[in-house]
Amino acid sequence: MNYVANVGLEVHVQLRTKTKIFCGCPTTFGAPPNTHVCPVCLGYPGAMPAMNSEAIRLTVLSGLMLGCKINPYSKMDRKNYYYPDMPKNYQISQYDQPLCLGGGIEITRPDGTKKTIRLTRIHIEEDVGKNMHFAASSGIDFNRAGTPLMEIVTEPDMAGADEAMAFLEALKEILAYGGISDVNLEEGNMRCDVNSSVRPAGQETLGTKTELKNMNTFKGVHRALSYEIARQIADVEKGTRIRQETRRWDDLAGITLTMRSKEEAHDYRYFPEPDLLPIVLSQAQIDEWAQVLPELPEQRRARMVRDYGIPEYDAGVLSADQDIANYFEATAKLAQSAKAASNWIMTTVLAKLTELHLTIGEVKITPAQLAGLINLVEAKTINIPTAKEVFELMFAQGGDAAAIVQAKGLAQVSDTGAIEKFVDEAIAANAKTVADYKGGKEAALKALIGQVMKLSKGKANPGLVNDLLKRKLS
Amino acid sequence: MTTLNQLTVADAAAKLANRECSSEDLVAAVLASIAQHDQQVGAYLTVDAESALAQSRAADAARAGGDIRPLLGIPVGMKDLLNVQGQPCTCASKILKGYVAPYDATAVAKLRAAGAVILGRLNMDEFAMGGSTENSAYQQTRNPWDLSRVPGGSSGGSAAAVAADEALATLGSDTGGSIRQPAGFCGCVGLKPTYGRVSRYGLTAFASSLDQIGPLTKTVRDSALLLGAISGRDPHDSTSLDAPVPDYAALLGGDLKGLRLGLPKEYFIDGLDAEVEAKVRAAVDQCRALGAEIVEISLPHSKYAVAVYYIIATAEASANLARFDGVRYGLRVDGEDPIDQYGKTRAAGFGQEVKRRIILGTYVLSSGYHDAYYLRAQKVRTLIRRDFDTAFEKCDAILTPVAPTAAYQFGEKISDPLKMYLGDIFTIPVNLAGICGVSVPCGFTSEKLPVGLHIVGPALREDVILKIGHAYEQSTPWHKVKPEIRGQKSEVSGQ
Repeated sequence: MNYVANVGLEVHVQLRTKTKIFCGCPTTFGAPPNTHVCPVCLGYPGAMPAMNSEAIRLTVLSGLMLGCKINPYSKMDRKNYYYPDMPKNYQISQYDQPLCLGGGIEITRPDGTKKTIRLTRIHIEEDVGKNMHFAASSGIDFNRAGTPLMEIVTEPDMAGADEAMAFLEALKEILAYGGISDVNLEEGNMRCDVNSSVRPAGQETLGTKTELKNMNTFKGVHRALSYEIARQIADVEKGTRIRQETRRWDDLAGITLTMRSKEEAHDYRYFPEPDLLPIVLSQAQIDEWAQVLPELPEQRRARMVRDYGIPEYDAGVLSADQDIANYFEATAKLAQSAKAASNWIMTTVLAKLTELHLTIGEVKITPAQLAGLINLVEAKTINIPTAKEVFELMFAQGGDAAAIVQAKGLAQVSDTGAIEKFVDEAIAANAKTVADYKGGKEAALKALIGQVMKLSKGKANPGLVNDLLKRKLS
Repeated sequence: MTTLNQLTVADAAAKLANRECSSEDLVAAVLASIAQHDQQVGAYLTVDAESALAQSRAADAARAGGDIRPLLGIPVGMKDLLNVQGQPCTCASKILKGYVAPYDATAVAKLRAAGAVILGRLNMDEFAMGGSTENSAYQQTRNPWDLSRVPGGSSGGSAAAVAADEALATLGSDTGGSIRQPAGFCGCVGLKPTYGRVSRYGLTAFASSLDQIGPLTKTVRDSALLLGAISGRDPHDSTSLDAPVPDYAALLGGDLKGLRLGLPKEYFIDGLDAEVEAKVRAAVDQCRALGAEIVEISLPHSKYAVAVYYIIATAEASANLARFDGVRYGLRVDGEDPIDQYGKTRAAGFGQEVKRRIILGTYVLSSGYHDAYYLRAQKVRTLIRRDFDTAFEKCDAILTPVAPTAAYQFGEKISDPLKMYLGDIFTIPVNLAGICGVSVPCGFTSEKLPVGLHIVGPALREDVILKIGHAYEQSTPWHKVKPEIRGQKSEVSGQ
């Protein structure tokens, strides 16, 4: 029998704010343990939360980018459970009135077709601390406690690991575009819980779901889901009932394991947070934020195709990283050929980045300088091999292409007299090749051009060489 | 002769301003009074005499330098759930034994900014849960008017210290009557401000939607002075109100002509002590004599107030007290694993009443019961609030008894929680509605126990209830009568 999987995600995204959600402690990553803490984020007696309005703005902005309905009235709630990394033993979150409802993200499936994954809701909440285990003891670092998180909950719309992966990639790209989050996975900026179930193809009702907790790499999600879906199908085939439970992914063993069953599930005893006022957003406020809505990756791709006349493939590659897209646009605006700019960046520049593990921001060549180099080629002042040479020099030390070309005497020789001299020399020295060409061997011309280029030390304009040779040998 | 510790805040401030005494003299007199009486009264859990004296000297030096802040050099005692940097803050609980506060509560910081000397930690019912201070994990506090009786609670230490002249004034907190009822029992003035008038930041939370800090003082004027100093919007407390803070003391004076005072017909009930009722009715007559018009009002949903309160307050408390787990501060009893550690720590650290309320609060929020209890209680709370809205269309303030009885004997109610809970029947509705109320002495029972008049005003109309309280107080002798603290009348267990 064929089975269909349904996957839903709960993605926790760390919002890009300077300070924590309820106090003034910094959110910077990597500080020594328990140095970014205060009575509020440590849950000291009498300390009270005060809402960071930037966290609300970033969440609403996300909602607007993702097509959600923004709730004009939402509130914070207390979610009660005991855990050592949670200072108050309740988490301030949003229960029944989240900031954003609905919305969706379009993903591209492996076969190239598009599909919209619906969102259920987006709410804000505080992060917890981090338990650390040593040889003989355990400790807790509360630096992360109180970091603002946005939780994005999807409908069970993804049909498997590939679609879940595509969703996460698309979400990550959008959040980066919006400046919502640093989306740095190594620093735990995006973590997710993965709900999945399987059902026989044709059956309408969803199967019993399991939840995989706290996945922090996309690759992990893919592997865990692939395993979990296969496990569920195997169980169903065997006639074993799937239990509603929380499971965890053992990355080393490559399997999922039961954490707790439904019967052991927490009763969070949600109730409205009495220390914080409800969040009331006026339409004017929402409109104001909507006005400065960042361009979405999909919109940017379409615009790049339209404005610069580059192929869709190029736009896709260049827009995957917002900084690279910016670099391209800045270059293309100054270059005589946008396609040439695209080619240079997609091949030469990106290859360098990969090779040297650099970001585009660390590249010494400015878009204006790269455009200068491209324009020298377009104007036939230098040929492509020379341009590559100049690029290397620019990459190492920066600088203006024209100045380098001049200083190094790399400009193409387009002086017919000078080239004619080389052409004559080449004809004189290669009688056999000349004879071959005259005898009808077209390829022999190429060899002769090569000889002329060699004699000119690569500076001769290849077009002129071609023309002169043909004329002289006809 | 009046000794310095017997002065009101207003009189002490005048003496300080006229250089008739120094702040150091004042603090020394209070410390002497504590040394003399607190063995019997038991109002203070700890007194950091050195710190108080150092603060007083600093105040004297500031005054010598031309500083004329109104509360400069005035010592104020603190209920043990208000965080004062560098001081213990146990909430009279074993679970916070050894905890030293790393920061000042906003109300404390505001008093400091006004020049006050922060003095001593006052006993209370553990985590403010109780009405007799018998739930303190550390010691008994006795009523200065009769040492065999409770001082009321939960701010029993705050009230007893003022009554015994072991303080000029103190701060307490009121969640269901915890300032007003002990003030009534001890014959002092106790003000529960409007919810949000005073920042709760640094007040160890019992029930966040009900808690409010307020003063306990010897006169209404003193309460006005302290309220002015501690009120105002605080960015650390989102529920604090952004409303101007009037000069409450300057608004006192005059008679009650033109004011309509409401008497809720439902409040003079069975179970209201006859002597208490007589004193309160006499006080109502006195207000009429001062020019007020007395009108009958109805607060029909008040009869549900105690039930609603014990759902909402315990629900919030069950979450607020979850942080006391032995992980970061206070008592820790080691266990096999974190959950075991929590259980052992909390079992050892919390007293009976606190455990009872945590369990009750956990229950009413539990899946399957949440709607029947918590949600329904919130709806009734809205009805109670509307009762007051309607009532205040007919009157400027409401007069009721503070408590159904005067101070009772130790042990009389402690074993019967329901009886104890009903002691707050007149004060709880005010917290549920988020409005203000003040307890003003209105005479004594035949056993010479103080009785309190409860004056309730609309939100942010502390000026009105203080004006009424002041006019009444100044036309009666009650605030001038002092208790004689004599040897113990009955055997009580000092710790």
